[in-house]
Amino acid sequence: MSATNYISKVVPNAAAAIEGLENDMTVMFGGFGLCGIPENSIAAIRDKGITGITCISNNAGVDDFGLGLLLQTRQIKKMIASYVGENDEFERQMLSGELDVELIPQGTLAERCRAAGAGVPAFYTPAGYGTEVAEGKEVRVFNGKPHILEHAFDAPFAFVKAWKGDKAGNLIFKGTARNFNPMMAMAGKITVAEVEELVEVGELDPNSIHIPGIFVQRIFQGVDYEKRIEQRTVRAKSE
Amino acid sequence: MGLSKDQIAQRIAQELRDGWYVNLGIGIPTLVANHIPTGINVEFQSENGILGMGPFPFEGEEDADLINAGKQTITAMPGASFFSSELSFAMIRGQHVQLTVLGAMEVSDNGDIANWKIPGRMVKGMGGAMDLVASAENIIVAMQHTNRAGESKLLAKCSLPLTGVKCVKKIVTDLAVLEVDPERGFILLERAPGVTVEEIQSKTAGRLVVEGEVPEMEF
Repeated sequence: MSATNYISKVVPNAAAAIEGLENDMTVMFGGFGLCGIPENSIAAIRDKGITGITCISNNAGVDDFGLGLLLQTRQIKKMIASYVGENDEFERQMLSGELDVELIPQGTLAERCRAAGAGVPAFYTPAGYGTEVAEGKEVRVFNGKPHILEHAFDAPFAFVKAWKGDKAGNLIFKGTARNFNPMMAMAGKITVAEVEELVEVGELDPNSIHIPGIFVQRIFQGVDYEKRIEQRTVRAKSE
Repeated sequence: MGLSKDQIAQRIAQELRDGWYVNLGIGIPTLVANHIPTGINVEFQSENGILGMGPFPFEGEEDADLINAGKQTITAMPGASFFSSELSFAMIRGQHVQLTVLGAMEVSDNGDIANWKIPGRMVKGMGGAMDLVASAENIIVAMQHTNRAGESKLLAKCSLPLTGVKCVKKIVTDLAVLEVDPERGFILLERAPGVTVEEIQSKTAGRLVVEGEVPEMEF
């Protein structure tokens, strides 16, 4: 037996984690709104000036945060998402034709990621049947109900964010920051996980792992998390 | 005088049954959670990955890692659980969620719904709406009976791009409660207090079926 009995995925920082990411690639980004987004990786991609990115992400960030940072700098060529409100620069680029946008149902987005990671090339879903989403797609009836054929994504890189991770790449998410991160981790040929807390192997309870390290190729300790809140809603103490 | 948004939500809350898992859309549907009838236990699902969604947090207790599908800060009830988007939509497509309440721009008298896109204007996307309406066994639409221009939103055929086909079961508007029968059209079940059948007829463009005395809603 060698000195370690695990496969280390650790890289020193975000800059090292994006090694091999080139212009005109398709890239997945975990997160829902600004919740659970890979802040450090997005900043590193901006700083390196990678362009022509096709983004697969549920949302497109806000003007000055999240993927909005890469829109500001025109680094995104195409956005594949389910909901893209709350972003003026996105709207401007979309209406002017600078940005290509493909909108797909949220559950289909999630399943196309999962399928990619699970070795399922395509699947049938009822979502979008009879709408413009179904245009040009194969329709098949199962149990009397029409379904459309959707294909797995193909993404060379996926960037995800977890709460805790260990050096072997095992991940634990917190609250609703889990969202798209697990299935994007599965889908990426190179999955980069940034974590709030990177620990030694053995420190995480194997019963509590949400994503096993086999799906993670690189992991690093994130820094300076802003974790911005998009819609701050509260109730009075008297309620 | 029709119902307020809060009263529409209150009327929809009367449809809740004990033991149901419920997905509430953004807008009026969100208000349904404020009117759960006494003795009824339901759990709210938000498609970004929580079952057992609770009310907004107290000021100072907001958690950036705990939001609903409208990106609002929320809390988790005792017994809540968190999960991935893929599992969340497995619950939805797999019909483990008993009721979906959502808003609409238009509904047709065969149950088609349009609520995600106005051609020529900025399109924000369908989010989870297409998955929800394609799969849910029980869909209630919460909306105003007419649009800002005073035109009926209950049509013979939707003019806007569809979100789903033949899926809406019930509609609660500021004027009426209606059931959708794909064969016959909108069946008028109840009137808002003080609203006449004639007014509802004049503001419904699709087929409207009025059978016998139509009672007023009770609160």
